[in-house]
Amino acid sequence: MDERFILKVEDLTVSFDGFKAVDHLSFYVEPNECRVIIGPNGAGKTTVLDLICGRTKATEGSVVFKGKELLAMREDQIVHAGVGRKFQTPSVYEDLTVFENLELSYPKGHGVFGALAFKRDETVRARIKEIAQTIFLDGQLDEKAAFLSHGQKQWLEIGMLLIQDPELLMLDEPVAGMSVAERKKIAELLNRIIQDRSVIVIEHDMGFVADIATRVTVLHQGKTLSEGTMDRVQNDPKVVEVYLGH
Amino acid sequence: MQSSAFMSRKEIIGFVILAALIFVIFPAVLDNFRLNLFGKYLTYAFVAVGLALCWGAGGILSLGQGVFFGLGGYCMAMFLKLEASTPENTAIQSTPGIPDFMDWNQLTELPWWWEPFYSLPIALIAVVAVPVMFAFIIGVAMFTRRVGGVYFAIITQAFAAIMTILIIGQQGYTGGVNGITDLRTLLGWDIRTDEAKTVLYFVNGVLLFAVLLVAQYVRKSKLGRLLIAMRDQEDRVRFSGYNVANFKIFIFCLGAAFAGIGGAMFTLQVGFMSPTLVGIVPSIEMVIFCAVGGRLSILGAVYGALLVNWAKTSLSESFPELWLLGLGGLFIAVVMVFPNGLAGVWSEKIEPRLLEIMGKKKSVAPAPDGAPAE
Ligand SMILES: Nc1ncnc2c1ncn2[C@@H]1O[C@H](COP(=O)(O)OP(=O)(O)O)[C@@H](O)[C@H]1O
Ligand SMILES: [Mg+2]
Repeated sequence: MDERFILKVEDLTVSFDGFKAVDHLSFYVEPNECRVIIGPNGAGKTTVLDLICGRTKATEGSVVFKGKELLAMREDQIVHAGVGRKFQTPSVYEDLTVFENLELSYPKGHGVFGALAFKRDETVRARIKEIAQTIFLDGQLDEKAAFLSHGQKQWLEIGMLLIQDPELLMLDEPVAGMSVAERKKIAELLNRIIQDRSVIVIEHDMGFVADIATRVTVLHQGKTLSEGTMDRVQNDPKVVEVYLGH
Repeated sequence: MQSSAFMSRKEIIGFVILAALIFVIFPAVLDNFRLNLFGKYLTYAFVAVGLALCWGAGGILSLGQGVFFGLGGYCMAMFLKLEASTPENTAIQSTPGIPDFMDWNQLTELPWWWEPFYSLPIALIAVVAVPVMFAFIIGVAMFTRRVGGVYFAIITQAFAAIMTILIIGQQGYTGGVNGITDLRTLLGWDIRTDEAKTVLYFVNGVLLFAVLLVAQYVRKSKLGRLLIAMRDQEDRVRFSGYNVANFKIFIFCLGAAFAGIGGAMFTLQVGFMSPTLVGIVPSIEMVIFCAVGGRLSILGAVYGALLVNWAKTSLSESFPELWLLGLGGLFIAVVMVFPNGLAGVWSEKIEPRLLEIMGKKKSVAPAPDGAPAE
């Protein structure tokens, strides 16, 4: 088909014992777009990301990324196809240092023997330093991740994704637990990294959404309630009703 | 800063101290009988080092390592048994030239799968290859289906039980409950003499150090850090582009290879191999060696194997009925009070004290762990 879209989600459905958490959902993401998914708790936002990255198996539908059907692929193959995912709760390796956390995400030596032979050369170190600066952790490279603050762990996980350099980056509530100042910094960072990739962000903070979104999809009970620019969505009576009803 | 050096200074010192113990101090202070006994204890250290990688680093608890120890041991025993069963030695049997237990069980012909074990090179390869093959099959079956944690532990334990039952049930092929006994020579060299036992003790020590160096390399490689990462956040590793199952299969196979070598050295030094070393109880004991030594430390695992076995021998010489109670108590104590075992007690309690004392003299604090200089 046409190459207008980097990601095509069509009729995506998952049923947990009869409960359809995502129900015949379709949406399309363009290259370099920043798509924000909003919706009340339990709307199925996290589940959509789980389905795209292979963490949850879909019951029906298709997810095509750059012409490849992702639903038939294993999680690590989806990553290699160019999809990166940040989890809702910060997932970093607490027993390892910030440096080591970033190093494990460096896209080299992914096989068993590749990992055994992997060498920390200058390219790797330089890249890790560069990313660490981007996420404001260059002063804490040798610190165990367990000792970072909640916000810093969020940053670190974003850094772990950046070093992978995915073409599609999916972030699940990246500013949850962050201070107002940190939110501003993340918005800046996202605006910078969006330039050369597509991003799907799940977020509640409307100010933040307005800052970064190209388009917004409002999810409700596993279905699209509304879709379009922030302005359009905010003034959609259906959206107003759902949000006021809560 | 961010060193990927093979060994820190502290680790080198640890290796040197252990080498001094095994190669100098034990041979100097122990009589032949005790030295052979310590050699036997050290064969369990191979298993414990493998567990330190699988369980300590990777969080994969296997309660079936006895199977791999036994498989390695049986492969060695089969070779030695065939060498001992020459037609001259077995002339009184109804079928001379086959192992005695086969003759007792009315076998009249060597089973086809025993044939390759006439060859020492094949037997030596099998010592590693057979346990690895079994581990690979279990690993693929379990890890690609994402079976882990307690379920994996229980399945490996069931596997140990099945293996024992099989060996005991098939006495004509395996020697049954008695195992394979009356092993005499290795390529004509009598392994029952005191000299031979001393030589084998040193061979065992050298092999153990080879295994420790391999383990150290793995721990210090990116794979070692991935194991720790998988233990903490398996999903994060998966979504960073790694096929987690392959890494688990690899480390499980490596642990099996180590255990197989230990088993073969057991057979050589003790002179037999039997199902009592394969089943559930020995498999759990092996986990306890590792836990007592400190499951995060490969050197700790060696000390754990030495200490627990030494305690076992001493205790069961004087109070045989108390040993199992003592072992259970020890395990509970380790888990509740010292979760990182001896190695943890050392690095958390003793070492800081030592550094304090030494620091007063030299006033130069050595680099802390994990951040060695250069
Ligand atoms: N693995 C699962 N099994 C059963 N129900 C699930 C599972 N994952 C999510 N759900 C349910 O699906 C719904 C959507 O969840 P989720 O996608 O986490 O919502 P949110 O939009 O808040 O991220 C919730 O009702 C949740 O309980
Ligand atoms: Mg969610």
